[in-house]
This record gives sequence, C-alpha cells and structure tokens, in this order.
Amino acid sequence: MPFDKIIKIPNENVYLNCIRCGLCLAVCPTYREYKNETDSPRGRVALARKSLEDELILSPNLVEQMYSCLDCLACNDICPVGIKPADIAMEMRHVAEQVKPTGWKNTLFGKVIANPDHLELVTWPLRVYENLGLRWLVHKLRINKLFPEQLRDLESMLPKQPKKPLRKALPLISHSTNESKYRVGFFLGCAQSLMFSEESAATVRVLNRNGCTVITPKETVCCGMPAAGYGRQDLVIEHAKVNIEIFEREELDVIVTDCATCGSKLREYGDILENDPVWSEKARNFSNKIHDISEFLMAIPLEKPSGKFDARITYHDPCHLRRAQNVWKEPRALMQMIDGVEYVEMPEADWCCGSAGSQLITHYETSTHVLDRKMENLKSTGAEIIASGCPGCQMQLMTGIQREGLNIKVMHPIQLLDQAYKSQDKEE
Amino acid sequence: MDQQIVTQLVKIVGKKGVLTSPEDLAVYSYDGTFEECNPDVVVLPESTDQVSQVVKLAAKERIPIVTRGMASGLAAASVPFSGGIALVMTRMDKVVELDLENAIVHVEAGIVTADLQTHVEKNGLFYPPDPSSIRHSTIGGNIACNAGGPRCLKYGVTGDYVLGLTVVLADGSILKTGGKVIKDVVGYDLKSLFTGSEGTLGIITEALLKLTAKPKYARTALVEFSNIEDASKTVNEILLAGIVPATLELMDQTAIHCIEEAMHIGLPKDVAAFLLIESDGVELETTTQEIESISKICEKTGATKISLATDESERANLWKARRSISPSLARLSPNKLGEDITVPRSAIPEAVKRLKAISQKYGLPIVIFGHAGDGNLHPNILFDKRDPEQMKTVELMVAEEFEVALALGGTLSGEHGVGTLKRPYMEKALGEVSVGIQKKIKQVLDPLNILNPGKVIPD
Repeated sequence: MPFDKIIKIPNENVYLNCIRCGLCLAVCPTYREYKNETDSPRGRVALARKSLEDELILSPNLVEQMYSCLDCLACNDICPVGIKPADIAMEMRHVAEQVKPTGWKNTLFGKVIANPDHLELVTWPLRVYENLGLRWLVHKLRINKLFPEQLRDLESMLPKQPKKPLRKALPLISHSTNESKYRVGFFLGCAQSLMFSEESAATVRVLNRNGCTVITPKETVCCGMPAAGYGRQDLVIEHAKVNIEIFEREELDVIVTDCATCGSKLREYGDILENDPVWSEKARNFSNKIHDISEFLMAIPLEKPSGKFDARITYHDPCHLRRAQNVWKEPRALMQMIDGVEYVEMPEADWCCGSAGSQLITHYETSTHVLDRKMENLKSTGAEIIASGCPGCQMQLMTGIQREGLNIKVMHPIQLLDQAYKSQDKEE
Repeated sequence: MDQQIVTQLVKIVGKKGVLTSPEDLAVYSYDGTFEECNPDVVVLPESTDQVSQVVKLAAKERIPIVTRGMASGLAAASVPFSGGIALVMTRMDKVVELDLENAIVHVEAGIVTADLQTHVEKNGLFYPPDPSSIRHSTIGGNIACNAGGPRCLKYGVTGDYVLGLTVVLADGSILKTGGKVIKDVVGYDLKSLFTGSEGTLGIITEALLKLTAKPKYARTALVEFSNIEDASKTVNEILLAGIVPATLELMDQTAIHCIEEAMHIGLPKDVAAFLLIESDGVELETTTQEIESISKICEKTGATKISLATDESERANLWKARRSISPSLARLSPNKLGEDITVPRSAIPEAVKRLKAISQKYGLPIVIFGHAGDGNLHPNILFDKRDPEQMKTVELMVAEEFEVALALGGTLSGEHGVGTLKRPYMEKALGEVSVGIQKKIKQVLDPLNILNPGKVIPD
C-alpha cells in the first residue's frame, strides 16, 4: 500500500492495543443487526490493523466496512482498554481519501459546505418545494406513495422548510429581554439554519429571556462533521480555523449550540489543532467555551416557566450529545421542570437511531433496520412527543414515524421550554 | 476454497450466510486471545437442519469445521488453525420456547447469554451462570466451554443447567439428548459429554436449560484488606462458617488499579486486596443478615474497611467493574495471558503466594483476581508480545502456574477451557489413562477428525 503518500494514519499504539475481548460487539448497532463480525467494532479495528500492516490491501470492501460504522461511539465508551474503534474507523476513511482522493468530496465539503451562501443556494429547491405548496400537493395527491421506498423515506425525512434560512433572519446581536448577565455566542449550525430554523429561533428567544445577549455570527462555516465523516479530516482543520477566528473577535462568556453534532465537533477543535503552535491555544479556548444549549441553561439560574405544556414526552439521546459530550441529564432535567410534562424514559434511549448523518442515503438497509429497533422502543413509551436535540436524529425519527404511520411529534427540547414560556406570557 | 463447495454451501444456507471476501476471512481469524488464523470460508447457518447439511458436505469433502459464537474465548478454541469452515452460530439466536410451568427454556445456540437472561427474567425466572463475557458470548459457546462466572459458587456452572441438547454429529446426523426432566438415568449422560467439549465432538445447535426463581434481593459488600493473604484466608473463614454467598470475588491491587483507570468509579488504588461479596435471597431479612454475618467475619480476619453498596446503581457499577478487570488489564501492557487455574479452596492462600513468587522470579507482573469462593483464580501475566524474550518467559511462567495448580491438587482450567493454549499440558494434568480414553471418545464421535481439529485432546 502506498502509505508513504499518507500524511496521517491511526496511531499504532492505539489499534495494536485491541485485545479482542469482544465487549464492543454487545453495544454495536450494526453488529447487533447482522450478527456478523465484519460489521463489528472489533472487526473494523482488526481490518484497520491488517491493512496498515500490509496484510490486507486497502480494498473498496475494506474501506466500505469503515463507512458502515454509524459513529455512534458506543464502542468507544465501552472499550475497557480505552481504544476508540469508532475513531479508528473514521481515521481509516481519511487514510482511504489520502490514498485515493474522491473529486466530488472536494467540491461538496471543500466548496459548497464550506460556504454558507453556496449551501443556501443549493438547498433553495427544497424551500421552493415546501413554500410553493408543491410538497402539500405531493402529499395531498399521494404522489409520494408512488416514490420508491427509499425516496419516500428521504422525502419524509425532510422537516418543514423555512421560508428563508434563519441565518438571514436572525440579527447579529439579539438583546437580552431583561438585565444582560451573559454574552453568549451562538453557533448556528447549517441544518439548524436551513431545516430547523424554528428550533434555533426558540433557542435565541429562551436565551434572551434568561439574561443572555446572543451574538450569532453569520460567516461561520460548517462545523466539519460531514467532511470528517467522509474522510476529509484535512478540511475540518480549515473549517475549524475559520470558525475559531470568527468567534475570537467577540468577547464571549460561552459559545452555545443547539445541534448535538456541531457541539461535538466544535469541542474537538482543541484536540484537532493541539499540535499547531499558532492555533493550539486559541482552539483549546474555543472548545472550552462550547456548551450544548441544555447544558448551559441548566447551569445558570433559569426562569422556571409557570406556563404548562401538557404532553407525554420521551427523549432520544443523540450519540453526539450523550457520548461525545456527556450531556444527557440536562435535557431530561430541562423538560421535566415544565409543568404538565409527563416524562417517560424510553428503553435504550441512548441506542443509535441509525441516522449517522447520511446513512439513510448511503446505507439504507442498515439505517432502517436500526431505526426499526428505535421505533419499537418509542412505541413502548406511548409518548406523543419525542424530543431530541440533533437535526440528524430528528430527521431520522421523523422518517421512522412516517414509515410506521404513527402520530408522534418530533421536537427539540428547547422548543418545549419556549412553548411553556409562550403559554405563560399568554396567561399573563 | 473450491468454488464448487462455496456454491453448495450457498445452496444450503443462502447467499447471505456464506462469506468469502478477504476482509470477512480476516475478521473470523481470531477469538479473545492473541492467536489468529484465517478460515477458508465463513458460514452463518440459521437452523439445525442447515448445520446438518453443512456438516454432511464437510464430511464428504473432508473439510475441518470450527464452530464459534461471538468468539470471546480465552483459550484459542475457536481459532481455525486448520482453515476450513468457520461455522458461526450467531444468527441462530431465537428463544424457541419458554416453558413457565416447568421453568425450562429452549433456545438456539447463538442467542447472547445476556439476552437469554433478560428474556427469562421478564417472566420472573432466572438463569444464574454469569461469565464475565455474558453480553458478548453465546449460550452455545458457554455450553461448549462449560462456562462459569462469579455466581457459580452458589448456583453452579453452565453444565448444571443443561437438561437437553440438540447436537449435529460429525456425519451430519442430528442427536437429541436429554429432555424436560430433572432426573434422567437412562443410558450414558451424553449431554454432559458434549458440555465442555469445545466443538470437538459435535456441534451444539439447541439447548434446553433449567431455570430457577429469581432471587428478589441482593446485598453487596466491597471489603478491603491490607494484604492479599488475609483476603484469601477470609474466603475460607466465610465458607467454613456455613455461609454460601452468591459470589466471593478476589481482586488484587493491580486489578483494582486497572478498572479504576478504565471506569473511574472511585475505588481506592492503594488497597492491597479486595473481596467483592454478594448475598442474595428471596427475603430481605435473611439476605441482610447474611451479609452482616459476613461483615463480622471479615472484621475478625483483618479487613481494613467494609462498604456496602447502598443502591442498585452502586451495585451494578461494582459488577460492571468486576467484569471489566480482564480486558482493562491491557491498559498496563499490550498483551496479557490470563489463566484460570482452580485449586481446592483451602489451598487458595498458598496458591496466591506461589503465583506471586513466579512473578518475582521471572520479572513479569502477574495480576491476580478470580472466583476465590470456588478456588478458581485468574492469574494474568502482563507482557509485550513484540518482545521475543518476553514471549519465552511467558511460556515458562505459564508452565509454572500450571505446576502450582496441579501440586496443590487443582487443575488447569476452571471455566475457560483447553482450546489450543492448554493442550500441551493435558497429559500432565490428566494422566495417560484419562487422555487415552478421551482420544478414543473423539475417535468414535469424529472419525474423520473434522470437528475443531487440533484442539483440546493431544495428538
């Protein structure tokens, strides 16, 4: 294998330390679906080792095993040795890209996603589809029933599209509605701005109400997760530098995000740039300031809403929030402080939903199988609403709910609090 | 592998059940040890009938078959050193029947043991054997290795729960032995013969397992000692007092250090030895009384601190920690070789002393933990296999560990099995007569030597 060309490969001391105990098999969604070692973290680590040691060639099939990982991080968490199989799978994607770069990834992750204007332009048809009533028509005339199954699932994955991206609608500074106690930077993620703008608008409202002046820079670029997922860790470094620099200009107490995936990537900047003499300190400072919205709100004196939100609610842990950021108590606590909320814990709430960003497109069968398991657990709760603070998870859950014909709403936890405040304001 | 044979295998188990890519073969080359060797083809059957047909084909073509579940084994029993077919049972994972009235469960061999436990516990029943690999091993593998675990002190080992087995024999015929009866003395006890046979005599495809009522209460104590000798003596004092707790686990300082590094649950790293003791029962009062009596004994035998788990999550954490010891040792060195010698329990203090002496003599650390209550110890030698000198030393140390076990009236393995790694020591442990008769049994049941060849029984 032409490893001499490679800039970065996984550390030998990491993958050699796998003792093959098999603990990771128990928690891996893809292994549990197929009961095949090739689909397991232990298998992926073995394949990484064997290809890096030249025992196997870096074949398309080997690379595919790295892409079949959902990056849910459950194996990282359980590994008693402390090696991170999911990270190794990610790094191997990067190895594959270095050996044989794929042109379209450069365009997509290096040019389109790296520029919010471009990204808004290419997603414009989705907003047209929604806002000209085409989507309504498709559903009304049941045209979507004629779609092939996967396309139908993808269509149902699409949340209600905003008229315009939130990035365009939000001011740079949203002032606190009472005495300002915190200057909060808001990292508005691409999906939040383009797909879930109502959620992020709620985030800003809730922050403003609780003594936060919110600064939302408009020139931020993608956090880097999609590029990393497709083996372009080199682009993540570029994205990171842009974002760090933008937030550095503002004097901020914290930087908040309401997207689990963005949060997990932003927190990694410190590690990613650790060995860069110019950037390491700035990156570490930046990452240390990152907080998930629920984590930040539960850490400040939060106004308890007197308004009610009557519903039976359950919660799905985004992998990138629970495992990557160890945030899982806070969203639960946040929802349970609202009067009227009947909270019910879902079995296997922290089991991956199968989204993993784009797995429903690239690994349809696996993704839907993993989703089916989630739906079984969801149904057992009898909940009317499932909350989850990750756009990827939310879209996946919406797909599952449509597939099963269920009447369950998907929301961001912050929306529940926002609604409770709204109903309080109405009463007052 | 001959394409024609692959085609025939596909005919039997379907396309999805036959794997031949270099990547697939590579990941079916290992188990929980550092050994590896590729099979020629991987087959994932979905029924006893399919297994039977695969074996018939293999017998006709003289292809070795190495059966495996999730490959968590620690004796290289499921590593396919002779190539051939890796027969993977993980897709045969159904509960065929849960007979509540007779408290018997009928399962396929590939069900994950923890899944089986969860399933029966939902119905108020209990399957006690609890190997540390409970979440990543299958019941078929547990039976084939007669797996143990902490709870075996009170409840017995896997074999004690096997009432019946469906076994595919080396010619492809299907043997059903045992049944839903507790007592059965008609003919030889074949189910016991296949239990612990490590895939060398037949392929276990289904099992009937005895269940018990689930104990409602458990009280768990973590007891600290300033030296490992006091801890191991305490084990005997408790049992001599007529108390049989569910578990009596011994852990030395290094073991604790490793799990604390892995899990950060707040265990003190400076304590020489721990006993993890659990009492369980149907009534709260007797369970509490038992753990109190145990605490009193521990105080007398030199315990420096006794802490009781205050709630279920604390208890669960302690057990999670205990199950993580073996794998977490890899934090200290790249490789470890864990044995599971067993001695009469009165000999535990002496065994611990002699194991420590071996470590000192050769200069490689030996971590000691294990199921002290039933005399089953897990001395783990820590080493780096990239260093050939260390590899040689490890071999010498293992041989001496086995000598310690045998000299004290014990045996090579209490629950891991023989596989490949302990095979060279079989004759010494069992003697010529016993090995001779076992060779004959193998000859009768597997005349072509296609079932897991080269394992357990010496040539």
